[in-house]
Amino acid sequence: MASKHVRFTFNPELVKQPVVYQLGHEFKVVTSIRMAAVDNSVGWVVLELEGEPDEIERSIAWAQAQGVRVDDPTLGDVVEG
Amino acid sequence: MSFEQALRCRECGREYPLAPIFSCEYCFGPLEVAYDYDGIRAAVTRDSIERGPTSIWRYEALLPCDPAYKVDIGTGFTPLIKADRLAKAIGLDTLWIKNDTTNPTWSFKDRVVSVAIARARQFGFTAMACASTGNLANSVSAHAAAAGMEAYVFIPQDLEEGKVVGSAVYAPNLVMVDGNYDDVNRLCTELAGSRPWAFVNINVRPFYAEGSRTLAYEVAEQLGWRTPQRVVAPMASGSLFTKIWKGFQELHKVGLIDEPHVRMSGAQAEGCSPIATAYANHTLNFVPQKPNTIARSLAIGNPADGYYALKVMEETEGGAEMASDAEIVEGVKLLAETEGIFAETAGGTTIACLKKLVASGAIGRGEETVAFITGGGLKTIEAVQGKLIEPLRVTPNMAAFEAAVEARGVALAAGAR
Repeated sequence: MASKHVRFTFNPELVKQPVVYQLGHEFKVVTSIRMAAVDNSVGWVVLELEGEPDEIERSIAWAQAQGVRVDDPTLGDVVEG
Repeated sequence: MSFEQALRCRECGREYPLAPIFSCEYCFGPLEVAYDYDGIRAAVTRDSIERGPTSIWRYEALLPCDPAYKVDIGTGFTPLIKADRLAKAIGLDTLWIKNDTTNPTWSFKDRVVSVAIARARQFGFTAMACASTGNLANSVSAHAAAAGMEAYVFIPQDLEEGKVVGSAVYAPNLVMVDGNYDDVNRLCTELAGSRPWAFVNINVRPFYAEGSRTLAYEVAEQLGWRTPQRVVAPMASGSLFTKIWKGFQELHKVGLIDEPHVRMSGAQAEGCSPIATAYANHTLNFVPQKPNTIARSLAIGNPADGYYALKVMEETEGGAEMASDAEIVEGVKLLAETEGIFAETAGGTTIACLKKLVASGAIGRGEETVAFITGGGLKTIEAVQGKLIEPLRVTPNMAAFEAAVEARGVALAAGAR
């Protein structure tokens, strides 16, 4: 078992979709919510994903295919000026 | 002597020992250095600071590292210039320019890297690393060279030649990544978790970021131990912006200045404006963007400290503004033509946004303002090439010269004839 920390960012259309719930059903990955916020323009959730490494990566790829932006939860972009 | 006590989560407040870690195990919030401010207050006076070196190390008691490990290539205590001609041009009574183009590698990044490399050496690291489109790469390369440390510097493949040379000259392990911006981000995040390097803005980020506070310390000292009414500073990750405010607050906390009442305004390029857009939309939740701007030193589409920058604006009743690429170029030119300071595009962004904030009335004419110019223009000459005055081309005789001047419509001063 492995774990990975991610931040999912949803556009306003995706906010209404149960993406985190679906991810837990489609893949053998346990989702644990640590922080989240939703307003009119954006929604985001910080998750810990637990499962086999390949399964975690497949679940992330699936979320991205749904239109979710996936980032490291703390760092943001690491490429600086 | 250093007065750092622990790392503390900015979200939940949990504390961790001083170590090369950057996020909270519980909420994944970012970690920040916590200090013994009572100890600093007892140890430091205005006089003791004024007797220190003319560099950031005059504030060593406020820095999160043992000064015995410092790598001092002359960073900091940069000029604070009264910018009367620029003030008049944009409609302000009193304007100061904090000119950080005079640092050893010509940008404010020398401040953060100075602290990061000192703390990395203290932790026992022998190699430094970063991912950068210019200024950070230059600074890490230079400091590692001066320390005799290995450096791994990752750059995107489409970087301008001047920026590549500005790192390569210090002979780091310079790695040009064949991929886009997101690819470089992904690779470096993975490398940071698997290599025994001090990745300046990843595993030693809590210490690295603290170096920016020295900008606030210097401005307050240079103004005679007081704060201005308004600050305008560029925003990329948002870290610099939040640390300037933190620096002013700390000086008050340790008894060196009165309580600061500074309104903090941030500047971004329209082509990468997640923080300024969130401010305009009255939300603290920014939407990450794909950068597309000439201000590449500000091109952080997913800013780690964006939320905290927005909180500072809220707390100080400040705000944010954004400038188009054309306005940024005009900002570079305006600063150069009025004050003789050649800034890179981030400086052009700051001046363009300052001008817009004054024009809109968001900054009042009477507000004493400090604008932060964080990098030198020779790094981004491509931004202004072809947009500047062309030289008069003449054959070497008086008649040709006078004809050329007349053709351009410039009257010769009588005394010069």
